[in-house]
Amino acid sequence: MASAITTLAADAPTLSAANTGFMLICSALVMLMTPGLAFFYGGMVRVKSSLNMLMMSFISLGIVTILWVLYGFSLAFGTDTGSLIGWNSDYVGLSGIGLTELWDGYTIPVYVFAVFQLMFAVITPALISGALADRVKFSAWALFSALWVTVVYFPVAHWVWGAGGWLFELGVIDFAGGTAVHINAGAAALGVILVIGKRVGFKKDPMRPHSLPLVMLGAGLLWFGWFGFNAGSWLGNDDGVGAVMFVNTQVATAAAMLAWLGYEKLRHGSFTTLGAASGAVAGLVAITPAGGSVSPLGAIAVGAIAGVLCAMAVGLKYKFGYDDSLDVVGVHLVGGIAGSLLVGFFATGGVQSDAKGLFYGGGLEQLGKQAIGVFSVLAYSLVVSAIMAFLLDKTIGMRVAEDVEVSGIDQVEHAETAYDFSGAGGGISARTTTAPASAAASKKVDA
Amino acid sequence: MKLITAIVKPYKLDEIKEALHSFGVQGLTVSEASGYGRQRGHTEVYRGAEYTVDLVPKIRIEVLVEDEEAEELISVIVSAARTEKIGDGKVWSVPVDSVVRVRTGERGADAL
Repeated sequence: MASAITTLAADAPTLSAANTGFMLICSALVMLMTPGLAFFYGGMVRVKSSLNMLMMSFISLGIVTILWVLYGFSLAFGTDTGSLIGWNSDYVGLSGIGLTELWDGYTIPVYVFAVFQLMFAVITPALISGALADRVKFSAWALFSALWVTVVYFPVAHWVWGAGGWLFELGVIDFAGGTAVHINAGAAALGVILVIGKRVGFKKDPMRPHSLPLVMLGAGLLWFGWFGFNAGSWLGNDDGVGAVMFVNTQVATAAAMLAWLGYEKLRHGSFTTLGAASGAVAGLVAITPAGGSVSPLGAIAVGAIAGVLCAMAVGLKYKFGYDDSLDVVGVHLVGGIAGSLLVGFFATGGVQSDAKGLFYGGGLEQLGKQAIGVFSVLAYSLVVSAIMAFLLDKTIGMRVAEDVEVSGIDQVEHAETAYDFSGAGGGISARTTTAPASAAASKKVDA
Repeated sequence: MKLITAIVKPYKLDEIKEALHSFGVQGLTVSEASGYGRQRGHTEVYRGAEYTVDLVPKIRIEVLVEDEEAEELISVIVSAARTEKIGDGKVWSVPVDSVVRVRTGERGADAL
């Protein structure tokens, strides 16, 4: 996140209608990423558990929104205590904030900043769910995500972006969330799957995506929403940094998609749809921390490197035998690490901050700071998430019964199925399915 | 009477229908089928993970004919379905005890 905007004017900042409008639109764009992610993940699972996958992302819009308003914003962005956590009673319930009260030296209202950051908090736990596909009780997932944002996300967001947070003070560059969002979610995913174990039939049964068109739709929505995620992270557009971020987001994503496809063609012989979608997401992840500090050419390098690294990394689960169902570790953790560390090489010192990377005469200093940011968040999130999953597993149980997993989680957990395959015009099923009570009642009246 | 069943490549359906029509067949039943022969299926790749898809989509065509026409009809289907590439399918016939036209109750050859 941006440090204070350098203003030449000595005057205190005043509310900017342009920046406020821009940030409200950016917030709405980031909101769209969560349903986009739901489709990205939902298309990748088998038919029988596709609704559950959509719901695991979508529910975050409900749970995290409420927690954010109640206490999340206060914990993440309230007044610092010990560089570890924030608190501000005015932010509790968002109740003590004036309509035109400005956010910490910026030109936008506190409400706008709060709602922009809310969307980040919503998508982060949703990212984790991709690793848990097909096998987790919906109630356990809902409880896990509520606990996780409280104990992991809100504090880590404070460390990285909050005034006084220890990584922020150290000078770690995490422009739009490579560390706080992607490494955080990827490490949590790894922690949870190490506890809950593999899907039934992992490495034996084919678990092909049921709808690659949905995956492409989701990846497209993510890409679109990501402009809000990244370009909005400067919290205004008075000096063009947001615009550079927009450009970098586009070029890094393009480069990563091409790099993933190239790797795939050489390694496996085909340019796949899933590869194009995955490469784009890998590029978006990698440019998120880096985009505010690199040039567009640097962004191409960041995207291309991340595209190849992530394409290589998704195979690790077969090698090491952990079941990261939809490659949250391979794409978000590895992509986030790549982007965060590459800041230490490609930062030009001329955009968001003065810090220069190794290739621009900055030495190893920034790289060292980036590494501290990466590995501290990785370790904290991995350990705490694993402990949380372990405790939930021992109490309410994290996984559905084996027969439920095999027959499909949708019907048992949600009393719905994604598609009607009854065929023959639906004639057979219409006669054998019990009509809803209301329909039966109205028939009686007609008779 | 004989029931002739042909499992063939889906895109050959139109050609076979034409050939059967020219031969004088009045009706047939077509259904989607899947399976494999000696060539097995194909391979798909998702993020580097290869999946072998055994079952290949096919079309099943069923025709009822009188005994003396059966052999000739099989030849008609075979020549229309042949591409000389692997996976062209199979055609076989089995004896049928009785046939009834549901609408009229006609039996045997009259029901065809």
